[in-house]
Amino acid sequence: MENSMTKPQPVIDADSIQFWEGCKNNQLLIQKCLNCSKHIFYPRIVCPHCTSEKIEWIESSGKGKIYSFTIARRPGGPAFKAEVPYAVALVDLEEGVRIMSNIINTDVDQIKCEQEVEVVFVKNGEITYPMFQPAANS
Amino acid sequence: MSIKRSAAIVGVGDVELENGKVAGGKSVLQIQAIAAKRALDDAGLTKDDVDGMFVAGLWGLPGVGSFPSVVMSEYLGINPKFTDSTQIGGSAFEAHVGHAAAAIKAGLCEVALILYGSTQRSEKSRSLAGRPPTLTAQYETPFGLPSPAGSYAMAANRHMHEYGTTAEDLAEIAVATRKWAQLNPDAMMKDSLTINDVLNSPMICDPLHLLDCCLVTDGAGALVIVSPDRVKDCRKKPVWVLGQGESHSHWSIQAMPDLTVTSAAISGKTAFEMAGVTHDEIDFVQIYDSFTITVLLTLESLGFCKRGEGGDFVKNQRTAPGGDFPMNTNGGGLSYAHPGMYGIFLLIEAVRQLRNECGERQVQDAKIGLVNGTGGTLSSTSVVILGRD
Repeated sequence: MENSMTKPQPVIDADSIQFWEGCKNNQLLIQKCLNCSKHIFYPRIVCPHCTSEKIEWIESSGKGKIYSFTIARRPGGPAFKAEVPYAVALVDLEEGVRIMSNIINTDVDQIKCEQEVEVVFVKNGEITYPMFQPAANS
Repeated sequence: MSIKRSAAIVGVGDVELENGKVAGGKSVLQIQAIAAKRALDDAGLTKDDVDGMFVAGLWGLPGVGSFPSVVMSEYLGINPKFTDSTQIGGSAFEAHVGHAAAAIKAGLCEVALILYGSTQRSEKSRSLAGRPPTLTAQYETPFGLPSPAGSYAMAANRHMHEYGTTAEDLAEIAVATRKWAQLNPDAMMKDSLTINDVLNSPMICDPLHLLDCCLVTDGAGALVIVSPDRVKDCRKKPVWVLGQGESHSHWSIQAMPDLTVTSAAISGKTAFEMAGVTHDEIDFVQIYDSFTITVLLTLESLGFCKRGEGGDFVKNQRTAPGGDFPMNTNGGGLSYAHPGMYGIFLLIEAVRQLRNECGERQVQDAKIGLVNGTGGTLSSTSVVILGRD
């Protein structure tokens, strides 16, 4: 049985392998449709805007704004018990896609909607996660 | 072509709970069978009349629970001509009503049974934590978002940011709903509740407090829905399906286009247009209340008030007994019961109101009611408008 104290690790698949590999190299990779030019997250085999299969990977600037967030006062599973309170947010990247992650390196009670943030990579076991911290210039 | 008045609900059934649990340690199959029997008795029909089966659930997954309409048909000894295990979360049963009415209208079945049950409280199985994050969950679960409260909390935070909605506004909903529960002998939570009680309850996921969140209970419910030709065979007066709509905007909360608008904007519009009624003609509403914010967003999305005005709309206990907008008259998921996928209980309460069976909590002279189900993380919605003769 899985140890309930082990944080849930992504089960990497054919859609996501480049994304998680990118994180390992400290690159936030997202997709861009070559047909309609829109950006895509999470990664897919067809564009959700136009169903084109002509999709390329690009590196995001890693800069964005917090669309919304919550502070978990109770853990999202036993493995997160030691970390409460922690912030989970939806970040709107400059490229126009939204990604869920944690906001770290800040006092959680100072976090606000529309706050500018930047990506920071955090290694945990085999997986490197894209997380966000307040932008250096803000 | 529309399904307006092409089918009527003629039977409802549920099971007793003791402190939110089914009595006697009954299994999830047993309580569904009891609810089904009661709904059929209520209608004056038997299981041999049933030729359409509509079942959704979270039990037995992975395994037999992947085939809920098949398993429950076997358990009850039913061989349907129409089968539907549509699973879109808490709104599944409002969708089932529409699907059943469409199947009846098309002549594919005449007597449909809609069924749900859960023993999640007895089994302490509500938490979704511990499942490996596969497919779309891999982009969310590793970040520890408490599910589902965290997603609803993010919606609440965004609504507060855009419109200045307050925690007090949300608490109004919890308090009004509790007042209805106090009139319902079957409700789990009957202690009096104030806005300060809600605000002083432990924070779960900012800005949602414990008392902004629904209960975790067991429960089972069933509906029998028949063609106009079969209505005359039934014991109870029909409650007609006047309109129904369904939609979904996303699965992962990350993909919800606007955290302040649910797809009830679409499912509600479809249902209102089909029914040919206006908002002013609705005598009561049963709005899925997984969280207080779910209600506020849904009222706006359904067009009962403008976007951003939900807080003002529910102020001064407007939705409580005696207010001019009766809502969640059984005490809701917040104070009556919430067995995982609550949508069927919204329909059962609406039918009882339209039959004038609600005793102390009866909405006087109720003729038309609106039911909204919401499933997933604000993901799916279905709206049913019901009316009596």
